[in-house]
Amino acid sequence: MQMSGAQMVCEAIIAEGIKIVFGYPGGAIMHVYDEIYKQNGFEHILTRHEQAAVHAADGYARATGEVGVAMVTSGPGFTNAVTGLATAYMDSIPLVVISGQVPLSLIGTDGFQEIDAVGISRPCTKHNFLVRSLEELPRTLKEAFYLARSGRPGPILVDIPKDITVEIGSFSYPDSVSIPSYKPTYKGNNRQIEKATEAIKKAKKPLFYIGGGVVLSNAYQLVRELVEKTQIPVVETLMARGVMGAKNPLLLGMLGMHGNYASNMAMSETDLVISLGARFDDRVTGKLSEFAKYADIIHVDIDPANIAKLVDVDYPIVGDISAVLQKMLPLLDNINTDRYQTWREILKRYDELHPQSYVDSDEVIKPQWAIERLGELVGEDAIITSDVGQHQMWAAQHYPFDRPRQWINSGGLGTMGFGFPAAIGAKKAYPKKTVINITGDGSILMNMQELVTAAEYKIPVINIILNNHFLGMVRQWQTFFYEKRYSETDLTFQPNWKALAEACGGIGYDVTTKKGFDAAVKDAIKQNKVCFMNVAVNRFENVLPMVPSGGALFNMMLPPKTEIGEE
Amino acid sequence: MTNNATNEKRVISVIVMNESSVLSRITSMFAARGYNIESLTVAPIPESDMSHMTIETRGNAKVMEQITKQLHKLISVYKVIEHEEMIEKEMVLAKFPIAENLADISVLASAYNGGVVNVGKDMIIVMVADEPKRIKYFIEAAQRYNPCEVVRGGVVAIER
Ligand SMILES: Cc1ncc(C[n+]2csc(CCOP(=O)(O)OP(=O)(O)O)c2C)c(N)n1
Repeated sequence: MQMSGAQMVCEAIIAEGIKIVFGYPGGAIMHVYDEIYKQNGFEHILTRHEQAAVHAADGYARATGEVGVAMVTSGPGFTNAVTGLATAYMDSIPLVVISGQVPLSLIGTDGFQEIDAVGISRPCTKHNFLVRSLEELPRTLKEAFYLARSGRPGPILVDIPKDITVEIGSFSYPDSVSIPSYKPTYKGNNRQIEKATEAIKKAKKPLFYIGGGVVLSNAYQLVRELVEKTQIPVVETLMARGVMGAKNPLLLGMLGMHGNYASNMAMSETDLVISLGARFDDRVTGKLSEFAKYADIIHVDIDPANIAKLVDVDYPIVGDISAVLQKMLPLLDNINTDRYQTWREILKRYDELHPQSYVDSDEVIKPQWAIERLGELVGEDAIITSDVGQHQMWAAQHYPFDRPRQWINSGGLGTMGFGFPAAIGAKKAYPKKTVINITGDGSILMNMQELVTAAEYKIPVINIILNNHFLGMVRQWQTFFYEKRYSETDLTFQPNWKALAEACGGIGYDVTTKKGFDAAVKDAIKQNKVCFMNVAVNRFENVLPMVPSGGALFNMMLPPKTEIGEE
Repeated sequence: MTNNATNEKRVISVIVMNESSVLSRITSMFAARGYNIESLTVAPIPESDMSHMTIETRGNAKVMEQITKQLHKLISVYKVIEHEEMIEKEMVLAKFPIAENLADISVLASAYNGGVVNVGKDMIIVMVADEPKRIKYFIEAAQRYNPCEVVRGGVVAIER
């Protein structure tokens, strides 16, 4: 069929089954937007900033497991999208971002709104393309979607010069792709899997170390089955919260810099780490030479480059978690789970000694309380996104996550401003679910213009601002490591949150009491409108436990058992 | 791995899809991850849509493993060959003033598997192609004849 490049872009998006695109137009991508106007195969959401468009597509992808799509123009449109690409790249999220580019004839001339998008995005995309002719456009789009979702997923950029979007040519969308240089390994080596299961049977203190790869591979049921069968304790990374479900008795909790005592001690004392889709991030391992010092390591990951990158691995298994676990499960049929009884008891004891706790207060709302209360009020039903800072860690520690994809946050890059647009994406994916962004008074301002987007399109996302009048996480480090020199972290000056939300077409709440918190959450759900819920929380609360950066996991600063004076 | 092997010279061949910006994908991977490239040669593989790159780098076994894995991860990379039993050659062009002892220069070049390739009014140009280690000796020996320019071509390698 004869059509323009712009039409081809739309046809490809429809052929891929994409129902929603987030974006922002401009000169170089205008022809495509003209086609978007004419078609009705997918919905387009106009965000108010390109960064937010990419985060929204990212939130959609994280909530559904499908590819998210965003569209931006050349030059500043593209550069605004870079943080979104980098965020998705660090967390291996499948995205296709389509950017306009100046006409082919102007490339390399420093033309108006020209920027080397392919060059800039190289380190923060799984792969990128500059389309050089109309002829290669359909195949390139097909490859982009394929690359985004296969193997270790990731964001793909397709940069399309303006003249190619006007040119007319014949379109047929390929059914399949063949990239001879790209052959992800899914299966996992049988011999290695057998050896690993033998090691599990021989271990005395084994420990499952579950990472975001389990979520990406949709392997959570298999992981739960494996844990049930083996009765081996489990720790989750920030990105894996929800995989085991909060109520699972074998789950010790999150590990790492803000992991709990039992989790970090388990990692320090285990004799066999069974790592599934985790990448040994420095926020997880603490001081590497002390990390799981007494343990052999089984490492299952789809990305061979992740294996043995930081620690020596005894049983490397390259493959998709689901595929590997399907092979591993039957090999463990006759496992003797009593073997690990003493180990489970030791860890239980650790947990009783220093449970995940905080000292509550009747005078002021503690942020941890707010999260726990939120869990009681909306629990399993809600999707929770977050920004970056203390509130993010409290959410990860205290919210009762019940399933993967319920918890959406920027783990790898730690992008402030991620939460609100990501919540918009998640809400578009699941309009019937309550979607709540847990944020801070610093983070929310980084993409607050999306209030307008959410109001216009009636996307009722609830933003709970745990307001400590600080860039709290940085303030916490200043407290501990910079003798309380609060350099540029004091946010005493604040907007009128309620008025701000209302000015943009949403609603606002000012919450100062526990009762008020309950009432606001309930009302916000009932009102079904985008909102800012400004929750005044204890200013100087710290996220604990904490492993000081570069320290060993077992050297944790623990929470006080009773309230101590602050400041 | 013995200690003196930790920063060994290594040569790898990388077969890549012949597409735009593939070279910069490779070099930016090295740069971004802090690996060094000592020399790099690239040319298309005849009758294919691929190119052959020969990269000379340094590192211990662990570093080499990461380099290989990270290269494999690039979508455009078809194959990575870590050379162990290889034939390595490097080419050099050197220019000398005509006033130098031309016979000696010619003998030197032929000792290193080369010869005179051009004689001009003021200059003589020789080319040699030999193992990288011997190329180093050639360049040292050539200093005696006051070369005005020496251009090395970078290593190419093939597994035996
Ligand atoms: C875009 C961006 N800039 C800076 C940082 C560094 N940073 C990490 S946490 C933090 C403070 C966040 O403050 P707030 O959103 O108020 O959350 P709180 O820690 O108080 O809960 C900052 C500035 C970041 N992660 N992202």
